[in-house]
Amino acid sequence: MPVDGKEAGPASQTILVVGGGIAGISAALEAAETGHDVVLLEKGPSLGGRVSKLNRYFPKLCHPTCGLEINYQRIRKNPRLKVLTMCEPTNVAGSRGAFTVTVKRHPRFVNEKCTSCGDCAAATETMVPNPFNYGLDKVKAAYLPNEHAMPMRYVIAPEAIAEGEGDKLKAACKYGAVEPEQQEETFDLNVGAIIWATGWQPYDPNNLDVYSYSHSPDIITNVEMERLAAHDGPTQGKIVRPSNGEPAKKVALIQCAGSRDNNHLAYCSRICCLGSLKHAAYVREQYADAEVDIYYIDIRAHDKLESFYQKVKADPQVRFVKSKPGHIRVGEDGRPFIHGERTIDREVYDEPYDLIVLATGMQPSAVAGYTPQVGLVKDDYGFVVPKELEDNEGIFSCGVAAGPLDVSLSVQSATAAALKAVQAVRQSA
Amino acid sequence: MTETATPTKPKKPGVYVCKGCGIGEAVDADALANVAKSEFRIQTTATQDACCSDEGVAAIKADVDAGTVDGVVVAACSHRVMADRFRFNGTPVVRANLREHVAWSQPPGEEDTEMLAADQVRMAITQVQLTLPPLPSQVQEYSRTLLVLGGGITGMTAAREAVKAGHPVILVEKTDQLGGWANKWAGRMPYRPPYRDVQDSGIAKLVEAVKADKDIDVKLDTRVVKTAGQPGAFTVTLSHGGQESVVNVGAVVVATGFRPYDATKLGHLGYGASPDIVTGVELEAMLKAGGELKRKSDGKPVKHIAFVQCAGSRDPDHLPYCSSVCCGVSIKQALQITKADAKASAYIVYEELRTPGTAEEFYRQAQEAGVIFMKGKATKVDAGAMQVSYTDELLGTEVPLAGLDMIVLATGMVPNSTDPDVPVVEPEKSEAQLKGDINPFSAIPVAGYKPGGAEGPTPPAMPHLDRIPEGGPILNLQYRQGPHIPVLADGFSDSHYICFPYETRRTGIYTAGPVRRPMDMAESAEDAAGAVMKAIQAIQGSKMGVSLHPRVGDLSFPKVGHEKCTKCRRCTVECPFGAIDEDETGRPIINPARCRRCGTCMGACPVQTITFDNYNPQMVNAMIEANEIPDEFSEKPRILVLACENDAYPALDMAGINREKWSPYVRTIPVRCLGSVTLQWVSTALQKGYDGIMLMGCKSGDDYQCHFVKGSAIAKERMSKVGETLKSLALEKERVTMAEVSIADSHRVPKVLNEFAELIGGLDPNPMKGF
Repeated sequence: MPVDGKEAGPASQTILVVGGGIAGISAALEAAETGHDVVLLEKGPSLGGRVSKLNRYFPKLCHPTCGLEINYQRIRKNPRLKVLTMCEPTNVAGSRGAFTVTVKRHPRFVNEKCTSCGDCAAATETMVPNPFNYGLDKVKAAYLPNEHAMPMRYVIAPEAIAEGEGDKLKAACKYGAVEPEQQEETFDLNVGAIIWATGWQPYDPNNLDVYSYSHSPDIITNVEMERLAAHDGPTQGKIVRPSNGEPAKKVALIQCAGSRDNNHLAYCSRICCLGSLKHAAYVREQYADAEVDIYYIDIRAHDKLESFYQKVKADPQVRFVKSKPGHIRVGEDGRPFIHGERTIDREVYDEPYDLIVLATGMQPSAVAGYTPQVGLVKDDYGFVVPKELEDNEGIFSCGVAAGPLDVSLSVQSATAAALKAVQAVRQSA
Repeated sequence: MTETATPTKPKKPGVYVCKGCGIGEAVDADALANVAKSEFRIQTTATQDACCSDEGVAAIKADVDAGTVDGVVVAACSHRVMADRFRFNGTPVVRANLREHVAWSQPPGEEDTEMLAADQVRMAITQVQLTLPPLPSQVQEYSRTLLVLGGGITGMTAAREAVKAGHPVILVEKTDQLGGWANKWAGRMPYRPPYRDVQDSGIAKLVEAVKADKDIDVKLDTRVVKTAGQPGAFTVTLSHGGQESVVNVGAVVVATGFRPYDATKLGHLGYGASPDIVTGVELEAMLKAGGELKRKSDGKPVKHIAFVQCAGSRDPDHLPYCSSVCCGVSIKQALQITKADAKASAYIVYEELRTPGTAEEFYRQAQEAGVIFMKGKATKVDAGAMQVSYTDELLGTEVPLAGLDMIVLATGMVPNSTDPDVPVVEPEKSEAQLKGDINPFSAIPVAGYKPGGAEGPTPPAMPHLDRIPEGGPILNLQYRQGPHIPVLADGFSDSHYICFPYETRRTGIYTAGPVRRPMDMAESAEDAAGAVMKAIQAIQGSKMGVSLHPRVGDLSFPKVGHEKCTKCRRCTVECPFGAIDEDETGRPIINPARCRRCGTCMGACPVQTITFDNYNPQMVNAMIEANEIPDEFSEKPRILVLACENDAYPALDMAGINREKWSPYVRTIPVRCLGSVTLQWVSTALQKGYDGIMLMGCKSGDDYQCHFVKGSAIAKERMSKVGETLKSLALEKERVTMAEVSIADSHRVPKVLNEFAELIGGLDPNPMKGF
């Protein structure tokens, strides 16, 4: 597989997948393994998207890298699938069988000769917030995106070039892989069908004034909790208070932080309840004396996932508090306090915690990013769906770009979208 | 089958040793090339500054093109990187991992590091010399047609989607009409923006489209009598009006849907005590009939109606799972009723209101329309007084909801993984297959809990009463392992993989819709398309003679040496995918298109007569024996690690990437799955003089992570018998062990290895050394 190569098969028969997260990877592979040429665009330096930053999946508490590894092996073996990283589309024109997609490629400053030896990282002195850990720690400005990166290739942050380290890093590389002179470039791809799998971004917790996210390092979001619990996260997997590194033994999880709220995300993000149940399990696995309180409206553990709810609920040290907290304040001892009223008995509470996790929802990336004007329609929330269900216009969406889904549902929708794209190119043949 | 030159094992492999990425500083590359020359009489050896560079690759390619070498050993980085660089037109390539497993994880220049590197090269040369480039299984007469079972929304959608992708369909429906449950639905929940209003079910249009489609052969009043064969070539016997016929299809989509939970089991909720206590399905039919909603008992109009959610669902005595659609359906019905009659009031009694995703908007519509939601558990339904009592969580007391005209029990969904109208066949095998093989309620890991509850608090274990679905098989598979599609729990079929929801244990057969998991119409339609995608791939894979997921494209397949086979049947029993049948004499018959190439059969075979061209007991045996074992006075123990290539081996690679160090005495061989590990390898290693042996694989049990379902569970079972072997050799039982690791254990695997190395170091050397 010529990773980052530009060449594609016959244009009308090629399927473009936009977004290299779990949905995009799945859609691309399913189509390629059915014998079609596929180009997969990813705007970041590595595939894997949001799931690569998750510590584990619910309900099995298994690791996302496990399935990603299988998928990466499938990608490596498949000559029909071409991966372009650091690339995002800026325009889509044309129609089924004859789309022209304008692609912007951001400079990686590292070419395909990179062996991932790490000499550039050793040479740089610039540090940047680690994007893999949502900025919870810092990383060398020449870095491997993560230990499981695909492609396994370094990336140099623009900051290192701005600091004037370009020539030094180039000299440090024995393999001629560092290219400080790389510039942003634009090129066109001609394809027959498109799958939009641009995924989501965490809802900005700063929009939730009353939850004081910016007032205490001990108030974090659910995606940050994933990194805190991960062995390759900023604390090597120890769930501690970011303020002082002490074990976080009294933890609050606040559901619907933004979701199911007309002022923020009017829809239910579907995954946050199960995500928080998983976070309760993370904490309880680490500390025998930990207590976890989950503040919720409804616990939405749909279908077979109900058993995961029941299992967590069976632990007497996990409390479920039906209440939408009023606000969070930082106490004199530096600990954050949650203030509110319990819905059930109208008792007012003002509880201190070591760590508060806001279960912020999923917002479609399309809210901020580019969305094609052909074939797709954006709903009030920013999710994109095909304009017509019956007519195959050759452009489809899947995963969280199409609606708030969990991983399994995303893969299901990606597999279905791959079929639609296969139909489109076969009908255009 | 087209004539192809018979492939042979490489006779003159070339060995290319890389000095890049720190390898050249860690070990003497020339010395490694000399190992190849002197010990293996390799003619073509080279050291390169970077094998993966354009020059490096070109040099190897030149040797291959010139015919100087017919196999390639690249002694450089892990096979998990740069795979596309080292591809030479089908020539066998084996990678000796000198980077992640040597240069990055061992101190440079040490004798032990050099010895490890030399062994890596020895194993790789041995492997390449025994690699036969596989030819595909013989191309059979294959069919491009899909069989779709079930004429409801899932099945009809599947049929239409398959045709649009160019595949003809035989659609089998057991009743006399298409449409399934949706025929009885009075509209459906919104699934398109703006997600607010009840939508037409669209079923009539879909039925017409299916009927009009010339590529869909609709067979009504028809059942499947039996199904034999394999992907690409299933032979399905159908029965219609007492007449049997046989059709050939390439793949199967099972869309048999659901049956509503039997409401007669809900006596505690008043079902049966009054005609005005109905199920959601019954109400739906009344709404579909149109006109004013009236009580069945006295024909009076329904002005006050209550919905009791989770009637049977989320109830350990009935259905332990959430049926997913009932909240949305009750909201839809309540909205339809209150919209038709402004004076009607509807109450929904619920514990958790579950309208995930954009369905939240529908919930909001119902609240705005005046539907009254009451949070609490329904404790009693009084049929006489037409009253629902529930513990109101907001008030904290029991509240009677009296004066109701109608009470609706929102009953859940039971998967049609069996057909209740079909007799049970092969009862023992059926029961085992339908029992489900996981307990979804097994306890989560909690710090401080002592296993077994001996001291301290007991783990929060929850009993799970697995419900065996009633009835006979829907496909009646003529497979050695039984007639059913295996189920996970509570009658729902595979998959147990979050990232691979279509990975079933019956290759080429895909379930879709509520038989897989409770789901609504929109999800079912999408699921149908997904299942069709996989079915099309199965047909294509069988045509090309290659494996499907996860070893997609693998040409090798198991072959049985019948002269040695003792007909012990272990392979036919243990295959996770039911790929092996038996002939009348008990001889194993492999169905290559069902096979997923895990090698579990190979590991099962007590006489090592099941082999793959490029992976077999003899090859790994030779690799184990290829390593140099220092004598007992050297104080250099040797530890053999057989590591699952999907998780344990990558974890070790990542440990190397992180520059973690581990014992230099470890020799690692990646295996396809722990299920493929034969006890003979263990015995070979012990006889060769290895001091310890560790099997490293994925988690087994209820949350199993093995990509081949049972590999690590089977390995565990087999290893429990290794004690006998050790005893017969007068060796300590600690010498052979198994570790469950995950791919995310890059920080843990070095510790696991080092602890084992320490334990082995504390034992006397294996006395078999040197014999």
